[in-house]
Amino acid sequence: MIWADVFTVVLVTAGALFFFAGWVGLMRFPDSLSRLHALSKADNLGLGLVVVGLLAQASWPYGVLKLIALWLLVILVGGATGQMLAGALHAAGPTPEPDRRGDAARDAGGTR
Amino acid sequence: MLPDPRLADLPLVVALLALALWLIATRHDRSAIIGFTAYGLIVAIVWVRLGALDVALTEAALGGIMGLLLLMAAARLGDAPDGPPPTWPLRVLVGLLCGAVTAGLAVLVLTLPEPAPNLVAAVAEQQSATALKNPVAAVLVAFRAVDTLLESAVLALAVIGLWSVGADAAWGERPRALDSDAPDPALVLLARLLPPVGLVVGVHLFWTGADHPGGPFQAGALLAAMVALVWLARLGAPPPVRSRLTRVGLMLGPLVFLLIGLAGVVAADAYLAYPEALTKPLILLIEAAKTLSVAVALALLVAGPPALPRARP
Amino acid sequence: MTAAELYGLCGAGLVGVGLYGAILGRSALRRLLGFNLMGSGVFLIFGAVARRGGLAGGSASDPVPQALVITGLVVAFAATALAVALLVRLAAVRREAGAARGAALPAGATAAAAHPESDGTGAA
Repeated sequence: MIWADVFTVVLVTAGALFFFAGWVGLMRFPDSLSRLHALSKADNLGLGLVVVGLLAQASWPYGVLKLIALWLLVILVGGATGQMLAGALHAAGPTPEPDRRGDAARDAGGTR
Repeated sequence: MLPDPRLADLPLVVALLALALWLIATRHDRSAIIGFTAYGLIVAIVWVRLGALDVALTEAALGGIMGLLLLMAAARLGDAPDGPPPTWPLRVLVGLLCGAVTAGLAVLVLTLPEPAPNLVAAVAEQQSATALKNPVAAVLVAFRAVDTLLESAVLALAVIGLWSVGADAAWGERPRALDSDAPDPALVLLARLLPPVGLVVGVHLFWTGADHPGGPFQAGALLAAMVALVWLARLGAPPPVRSRLTRVGLMLGPLVFLLIGLAGVVAADAYLAYPEALTKPLILLIEAAKTLSVAVALALLVAGPPALPRARP
Repeated sequence: MTAAELYGLCGAGLVGVGLYGAILGRSALRRLLGFNLMGSGVFLIFGAVARRGGLAGGSASDPVPQALVITGLVVAFAATALAVALLVRLAAVRREAGAARGAALPAGATAAAAHPESDGTGAA
C-alpha cells in the first residue's frame, strides 16, 4: 500500500512540474504559437502523469476506467481547441502587431 | 507528517479574488469573459473543497455554456466602452460602498453561530421515505419540491422572455446567435466525437444522481452543452420557435412535476407529496422529464432569440 | 480560521468586487459579469454556511443550502442569457436607428424634418 502512495506522489509531482513548466512557457514565450505549444505539452504530459499517478489510488474497474477516459477526453478537446486557436492565429495574418498576439495567447491560457 | 490541508485553500482564494479584480479592470470584454470561464472552473474546485460535490458538478457543467453564451455576445456587441470612464470621486465613493458591503458580510461570516445550525440530521431522518441515497437529490425533489418546481417554471419563462426579445419580423424563425459562416474543421471533428460521449455521461449523471452526486440539473446542463456544440459546428440547427416538439420538450418537466404534485393532493393528502408505494418511480419520472426540459431550456437560452437570416454581402 | 470561514470571507470579497463591477463596469457586458461575480460570492457564502453546518451535523456539507445553490446557479444562468439577449437586441436597434439617421442626413434638412422620430431614436 505504501509503495502505491509513493508511486502516486512521485508521478503527480512530476505532472505538476510539467504544468508549472507549461505555465512558465505561457508567461515567457515570445509568440502565440510557442505559447500554445507549451500549453499543449503541459496538458497532455502533465495531466497524463497525474492520471497515471492517481491510477494507483483508483478503484478497479470503474475508477480506473473513468480516469483514463478523462485523460483521453482532455487530449481530444485540447488537440481540437489547440488546432482552432492556431487556425485563428493563422487567419489573423502572419505578423500581427505584438500586443494583439500577447492578448491571443493570454486568452488561450484562460480557456484551460 | 502532512502539511496543513488548509494550505490548499489559500491559493484558491487568492486566485479567485485576483481573477475577479482582473476581469473587472481588464481592457477587452473578450479577455474578461475568458477569464470568467477560468474563474468558473476554479469555483468548481472550491465547491469540491467545501464538500458540495453536487454544486461543483453544476458549476462546471454550466460554466462551459455560460462562456459560450458570453463570448458570442461579446463578438456581436464589439468592444467599445459605452460612455466616458467614471470620475475619481465617483470611483472612490462606489469603492467605499463596496468595501462596506464586503466588511459587513465578512463580519457576518466571522460571527456565525456556534455550534452551526444545520438540517443534516433532519434530512437524514426523512431521507429513507424518498428511496434516494443522495441527500441533495432528496431535498431537491421532495423536501423543497416547491422551489424546484418554481425553478423549472422560471427556466421556461426565461426562454419565453428570450424569444420575445427577437425582432417582430423574425417571429417563428429559428435562433441564429450561434451561426457562423464556416466552422473550423477541428470544431466539426470535436462536435462529431464529443456528443456521443457527452450523452452517455449525461445519462449517467442523471441516473447516478439518485444515490451519488449528480442529477437532472447537472445532466441537463451537460446535454445542453453537447447540443450547443453540435449547433455551433453547424452539424444541426436550432429548431424554429414555432416548432411544437420544442415547446413540448420545454414544458414537459414542469408539467409532469405539476401534475404529479396535484395528484398528490388526492393520493397522498398533500400538494407535491408522493404516495408511499410509488415514491421511487414517480421521482424517477419527474427527474427524467426535468432532465429533458433543463437540457432543452439551457440549449435554447444559448441559441438566442429567433432571427431572420443575415443578409450580409 | 477554518477553511469554511476562509471561503466565506472570499465570498464577501467577491460580492464587493462584483458590486463595483456591476456599478462602474466599462461596458454593459462587463457590468453583467460583475453581477455574476456578486452572485458567485453569495453562493460561496452559502457554501461556507453549508460546510459549517455539514461538519457540525456529521456530513461533508448541509444538503439544504446545497440544493438552494444548485437552483440558484441555474436561475442565474437563465437571467444572464436573458440579459445578453436584451443587450444584443439593444445594440441592433441602436445600429438600425443610426443607419436610418445616417441615410436621412445626406438627403438634406427636409428629409431630417420629415422623419423627426429618427433623430429622436438616434439621440436616445
